Amino acid sequence: MLRIKCPFCGERDHSEFSYGGDANIIYPDLAASMEAWIEAVYRRENPKGPHRERWQHTDGCRLWLIVERDTLTHEIASVMPANAALASLLDGQSS
Amino acid sequence: MSTGFRLQQGGRIDRNSEYRFNFDGQAMTGHAGDSLASALLANGIQFVARSFKYHRPRGIMSAALEEANALVTLGEGAHSLPNSVVTTEELHDGLTAHAQHCWPSLKVDFAAVNQVFASLLGAGFYYKTFMGPGRSPKNWLFYEHFIRRAAGLGKAAREPDPDQYETVNAFCDLLVIGSGPAGLEAARIAAEAGLDVILAERDFELGGALLTNTGTIDQQPAAQWLASRLGTLNKSANIRILKRTTAFGLYDGTVAGLVERRDPVKAATIPWRERFWIVRAKRIIIAAGAMERPLLFAGNDRPGIMLASAVGSYLNRWAVAPGRRIVLATTNDSAYATARDLAIAGLSVTLIDSRERVSETLHKLANNTGIDLRLGQAIRAALGGRHVRAVDIGPATGQGSITGRLACDIVAVSGGWSPTQHLLSQRGVKPSWNQTLQAFLPGRANEPIDCVGAAAGIWRSDDCARSGRAIAAAAAAALGRKAPVDDIPAPGGWETPIKPVRLASDLNLKKIFVDLQHDVTAADILQANQEGYEAPELLKRYTTLGMAADQGRTSAVPALALLSEMASRSVGEIGTTTFRPPFAPVSIGALAGAERDKHLLPIRRSPLHDVIADSGAHMLETGLWMRPWYYPQTGETVDEAYLREMRQTRDAVGLCDVSTLGKIAVQGPDAGEFLDRIYVNGFKAMKVGMARYGVMLREDGIVMDDGTSWRLSEHEYFMTTTTGNAAKVMAWLEDLLETRWPELRVSVSSVTDQWAGISVAGPRAREILPAHIGGLDFTNEAFPFMAVRTGVFNGVPCRLARISFSGELAYEVYIGASHGPALWHALRNMAKEHGGCAYGLEALGALRIEKGHVGGPELDGRTTLEDLGLGRMASTKKAFIGNILRQRPDLQRADRARLVGLVPVTKGETFKGGAILAEQGQEDGHGLGWVTSVTESPSLGHWIGLGFIQGGLDKWQGKTILAADPIRGRSTLVKIVAPHFLDPEGTRLHA
Repeated sequence: MLRIKCPFCGERDHSEFSYGGDANIIYPDLAASMEAWIEAVYRRENPKGPHRERWQHTDGCRLWLIVERDTLTHEIASVMPANAALASLLDGQSS
Repeated sequence: MSTGFRLQQGGRIDRNSEYRFNFDGQAMTGHAGDSLASALLANGIQFVARSFKYHRPRGIMSAALEEANALVTLGEGAHSLPNSVVTTEELHDGLTAHAQHCWPSLKVDFAAVNQVFASLLGAGFYYKTFMGPGRSPKNWLFYEHFIRRAAGLGKAAREPDPDQYETVNAFCDLLVIGSGPAGLEAARIAAEAGLDVILAERDFELGGALLTNTGTIDQQPAAQWLASRLGTLNKSANIRILKRTTAFGLYDGTVAGLVERRDPVKAATIPWRERFWIVRAKRIIIAAGAMERPLLFAGNDRPGIMLASAVGSYLNRWAVAPGRRIVLATTNDSAYATARDLAIAGLSVTLIDSRERVSETLHKLANNTGIDLRLGQAIRAALGGRHVRAVDIGPATGQGSITGRLACDIVAVSGGWSPTQHLLSQRGVKPSWNQTLQAFLPGRANEPIDCVGAAAGIWRSDDCARSGRAIAAAAAAALGRKAPVDDIPAPGGWETPIKPVRLASDLNLKKIFVDLQHDVTAADILQANQEGYEAPELLKRYTTLGMAADQGRTSAVPALALLSEMASRSVGEIGTTTFRPPFAPVSIGALAGAERDKHLLPIRRSPLHDVIADSGAHMLETGLWMRPWYYPQTGETVDEAYLREMRQTRDAVGLCDVSTLGKIAVQGPDAGEFLDRIYVNGFKAMKVGMARYGVMLREDGIVMDDGTSWRLSEHEYFMTTTTGNAAKVMAWLEDLLETRWPELRVSVSSVTDQWAGISVAGPRAREILPAHIGGLDFTNEAFPFMAVRTGVFNGVPCRLARISFSGELAYEVYIGASHGPALWHALRNMAKEHGGCAYGLEALGALRIEKGHVGGPELDGRTTLEDLGLGRMASTKKAFIGNILRQRPDLQRADRARLVGLVPVTKGETFKGGAILAEQGQEDGHGLGWVTSVTESPSLGHWIGLGFIQGGLDKWQGKTILAADPIRGRSTLVKIVAPHFLDPEGTRLHA
């Protein structure tokens, strides 16, 4: 079982979270081209090693998070809010 | 034949206690401290089981978890537990056990005839005989039933499990698995350094190998050392000690799965039978010891042939002599201590050592105790039927003939030791083969998991204890604590190196059992090797070696040694298989814990649940929700009830609980812009006080969900979603706002549980609402279709919108959840007075089918707006999620399956959801479409349905096709019509 250190709630079992996909995808503008949308929705890397992922703390604070996880060892290098403003806000509190 | 007996003195049993127990109908007694196996042996019972495939007689071969033979069914009836291992079962008063997998009895087992056909049942027998090229799958399906009856182990109880199980969530700094000298010292040092420690021991007593050790450790007698250490541990506030607790799995993040069994003596006061511990440890130390390996010779499976260490355990821990004349065969030093103890106990001991010479110390030990020591010899064959009575011996090199026959009643064997590394292997850590020690030693884990003691291939007790101390000190340091540093001893510790035995060429390979539990012989392994299954993973699958309940604990290394001899490759080159959880069988009950029956999933109840259920409604589980299915009047069936509810609703008025709909408060200056981006149609321009039906797409252009959103004020919308998609939509909106459009000033909150919702539908809705809801003008002009208003019920504000799912004049009323029951009660009484009623899910579904509204069966995650006939809803003036990819050419093709209405050609006929729409004579394939929803329509007087067909109405309107239902064996000719069966102009709606 993975243990994910939610920046808001602390370290919890991964069963409290739900996986939300690759965090490296930059979603295009709503009116962008079909090629851009196909790239964003369908094209995925399948990396072996460190990977940035989106997770939601569904059964906790419900924050959307960016989790840096090694797909080979399941080691989690970092966890931070996906929302940049929230990330810097929490950062400011902890320092 | 009974050979075992209890010695007059010694052992860690309480001779003052007397436990009565029963095995296979035979009443016996034992003592507190006994295992079921030690008590059976003390009563002269050795033969307790029949083997898996050949039904050969099998006896107790070990004293612990490595037991491959002695499986029995414990307990009676619903409490019974098959495949229980007698060697790990703690004796208690009233215990009952039965032999399993034999008929009519253990002693007379007709299936033992399989031994005669043994030559037919070799490796790959089932594959070759019942499957493969030229054989139909039906062939296997036919024979499987008989094969499963003939093979197999015990039978599970058919009744529901009456016992209780619990789940414990635990945290600690250090989890120590095993309580031998290494585990005890690791726990002590870690606790003294201030770590929070959990010490888990599978046995019902702490001490591991120390429980049978008659030697010394740290210059103290082992028993004395153990007692003093236990005294220290019991006083330590930093250690939680779990006895009867097996660590069966290690998972990501140093999380361990443990199962704890109840102390059988305390069964009356402990409510649970087993507890599942989920331990989240910062570090783990595996001190699980090592398992002794059997030797390979013909007839090595006969009752009376036991592991040497097990014979030592029975003697020293339980004061049981399994026999009087013992032949002890070994390849290493470890059996000498047992031989000495047996001789001192007055038993006749012949010690056969495969090595040509041994150290002076061992010679002296043998001489001083009167042991008949024979070097350079090995057992070739064991003789006997239901019990061993003699062995033939010959040179250990495998060359030369049999040199003698020794009469005996117990054969104790030691083929070396295998460190117990299953847990480490589960983490993907590959062990490395040590040729000198003839053992797989643990590899280095990338995770904070260490092996100590015999689990790391360290044989001497002193060294084991030291390795425990050293590794625990390092673990403490890694967690920022201080502990005395110690050297880690090297693996090994025997004076004369172990010698692997070579198989003699004259052996009967079919009688050499490598995997005792699965009846895999040396002949099977030879055959698999000759047929090319050389890799251990292939060998395992082809012969089923190591696939029984014991997971090949004692068979893995002997099989590899055999394979290495046959293939002339070293064991290290061949490698070993990866172990996977669980290390030992775990009951499903323990894993499920309290999450069973009604507790498997949470049950959600609407705020109106009690008032509705109390009124006699028939409730139905839908997803997590309990919802009213129908409201039967006296004697009504479900069909009679829902058709009546529909008629009353269409003729007068009906009430429906819609509290389960997802409800989301969307607030903020950019709320309108946000809704415009997620719905296909526009909401920003909608006036305050109005509601609109909206559809949202996934990014790939497929319909995700539908519902209404109400504009309560400039900056506030009230969104409803379908019941089933509420959580998904909520998470999606949060995702978009937090990660994609952080610039939007919008907040979303789920308010599903805060509001009770009632739909009031029917031509007389306008008559019943004003009686209870004040402050509102319900006329068509003041409160038009799709308008939103605020009313008051009993002084409590409520929200209303004129929305219809049924096609009738209808209002949805939302009120604070706790006021819902009172409102329901008042409206329902009022509806009754006006000839109306409450209606349930069945009528709700039927009303919407009559109106042609799409629901769950149509929004199946594959359909587009155009497929559902909603293409015109999509705005062309704004960008929204899914708008680009929905325009992919394939999704726009005119021959996609599109929504249509279906009516039977012959009015009295019926058809069902799931039927395939196909031309007559072409029902075999996938057809041209399918039926999603059907109902009887009281308004039209016949059955109607919704479905999808390639080309949709444009191609099919007015034509007939077959609704083929081959599974239920019926076909109905149906006509394709527009999906709006009732009031397509909407005059009722706007009335």
